[in-house]
Amino acid sequence: MLRFIASRLLQGLFVLFALYTITFFLAKAMPGEPFTTEKNLSEESKAYQRALYGLDKPLLHQYLIYPKNIITEGSLAVSTSKGRPVKDIISQSFKVSVILGLSALGIAICIGVPIGVISAVRRNSWVDWGTMAIAMIGICVPAFTIGPLLQIFIAANLPGIKVAGWGDPQDILLPAITLGLSTAAYLARLTRGGMLEILSQDFIRTAHAKGIPASKVITRHALRGGILPSVAFIGPAFAALISGSFIVETIFQVPGMGQHFVNAVISRDEFLLLGVALFFGFLIVIMNLAADILTGILDPRVRITGSSPK
Amino acid sequence: MNSSTQDTKSAEGQHDYSLLQAERGSSLWRDAWLRMGKNKVAIVSLIVFIITCLLCFGFAWFCKDPIQQNLANKFAAPSGEHWLGTDAMGRDLFSRILYGGQVSILVGLVATFVAVTIGVTYGAISGFYGGRIDAIMMRTVDTLLSIPFLMVVIVLQAVLSEWSTTTSKWIVENWGWNKEFTNRATNVLPLFFALGLFGWLTLARIVRAQVLSLKEREFVEAATSLGLSRLRVLFRHIIPNTLGPTVVYATLTVPGFIMYEATLSYLGLGVESPNSSWGILIKEGANYLETNPQLLILPGILFSLTLFALNFLGDGLRDALDVRASKD
Repeated sequence: MLRFIASRLLQGLFVLFALYTITFFLAKAMPGEPFTTEKNLSEESKAYQRALYGLDKPLLHQYLIYPKNIITEGSLAVSTSKGRPVKDIISQSFKVSVILGLSALGIAICIGVPIGVISAVRRNSWVDWGTMAIAMIGICVPAFTIGPLLQIFIAANLPGIKVAGWGDPQDILLPAITLGLSTAAYLARLTRGGMLEILSQDFIRTAHAKGIPASKVITRHALRGGILPSVAFIGPAFAALISGSFIVETIFQVPGMGQHFVNAVISRDEFLLLGVALFFGFLIVIMNLAADILTGILDPRVRITGSSPK
Repeated sequence: MNSSTQDTKSAEGQHDYSLLQAERGSSLWRDAWLRMGKNKVAIVSLIVFIITCLLCFGFAWFCKDPIQQNLANKFAAPSGEHWLGTDAMGRDLFSRILYGGQVSILVGLVATFVAVTIGVTYGAISGFYGGRIDAIMMRTVDTLLSIPFLMVVIVLQAVLSEWSTTTSKWIVENWGWNKEFTNRATNVLPLFFALGLFGWLTLARIVRAQVLSLKEREFVEAATSLGLSRLRVLFRHIIPNTLGPTVVYATLTVPGFIMYEATLSYLGLGVESPNSSWGILIKEGANYLETNPQLLILPGILFSLTLFALNFLGDGLRDALDVRASKD
């Protein structure tokens, strides 16, 4: 298990490096330049700014100095559009993003997994059809349609829930629901598929034959295997939630990291861009690792071979 | 070799030949089509998608100009002239939805085509050649898969869209094309590539897994022993047999890409107003939700309906072609 984790961590490091390389060269390829403001800066002051941020150095030097500074000084450089260290910007907003992402994931799991189990157990009944149709709505209606509709119908009618903003604990509710709904739908479909496969297997029949109550067969025997596809999906799902949070943050004016990323692209702020991208990448690597370990705990086959069963 | 074995051989040969004939009468695709026919949801979805396409790509040309503003007539109620009323700029909502559909559906289809082309070739080569090539190619895919897709697309889109503006200007100046048309076309081009360039990863893995099992089969051995070159075996005999899963996955990718297009446009990084796309329309509609909810809801309905249809169609194809459920 330790070797497994170590190899995954090494792979994660490699992923981060690849992400850095892609983002770095794409950021360099972006047209326009960082110091374009409303007031036209003179060429000299622009050149001064570039030198100040080290943007006048050769490309290869810039490419190598950034990761070196992360490792030796733990510094993520200074944002060219905000003039503040990227680390500060991230440490202020990342808590918001993680809280939002995790509560959305929590909502998704609490809704998606039970629905998937129920519709698999009641296969081809109206319960199955109904819940799967609702799941499809969750997948097909985009967050930027659901979000505004929730604002109009829930926030406007329920006291205590604001249309937008971030501060009170209940402000999490609407953004997290908007964000988590499509993940819940995917989880429901995956759980249903996984459960259907497990429920048709011999050991389930054996369990029934031994006289174990049906509810216990489902929760103790079937769920453990049936939930595997969903567990494997949680890592990518968290990535999707983070990407999706750009939209939700815009709709509900949540001060998370997504807005910084979009702004960084628009204002050609490459250090902020790299910082946020790498931080997201880091979170995703960690979540993928967690999902892998969880799969290993649930599925003894993985522990032996070190790879997920195909 | 004595004559008796030759006899059985020719008899076997004939027998095989007749089997081939019988199989041709009911191929994988024909079987699949018949099974699809029994799946009412999939058939209805197919019809809905075809109607949407006909409306957007056929009927739209007979509608009003989607960019023509009329500030004196904004937020008009539906009437004989404007079937679904007008938006905040007095533009005809019905034709904006149809023209928006052109962009959204085209992005979905073309980006999927790009992704399928790359993914099938990559996966097939990786699986077919195996060994170290396979290991390197698949580690690359694994690495790219862990990268936040939307973020890279956003940055890539920023790079490409500036490039598309210059291209558009250049075409208008040098080739004398219609400016509006050129703008509309070049505005969408970067999206095709940005999405297609990163959307092939999962497909490459699916195709590779298929190729790995296919290349051990007898018919491949037969083709090789007949003296066909490796590339010909790969492209004529192996890749066509991976088409089932590819078609299923591609059908399920189209709605995903349509969603990405809408997301990017919503963030102001995709198609730009006054050009229309479903993402743009929903974004514009959200601004007037309290007073004129139809501006959000109507494009939202057609958008969701199309995604519904494509997803159910993909599910139906999956059942019909008997492809094991993929992970997404």
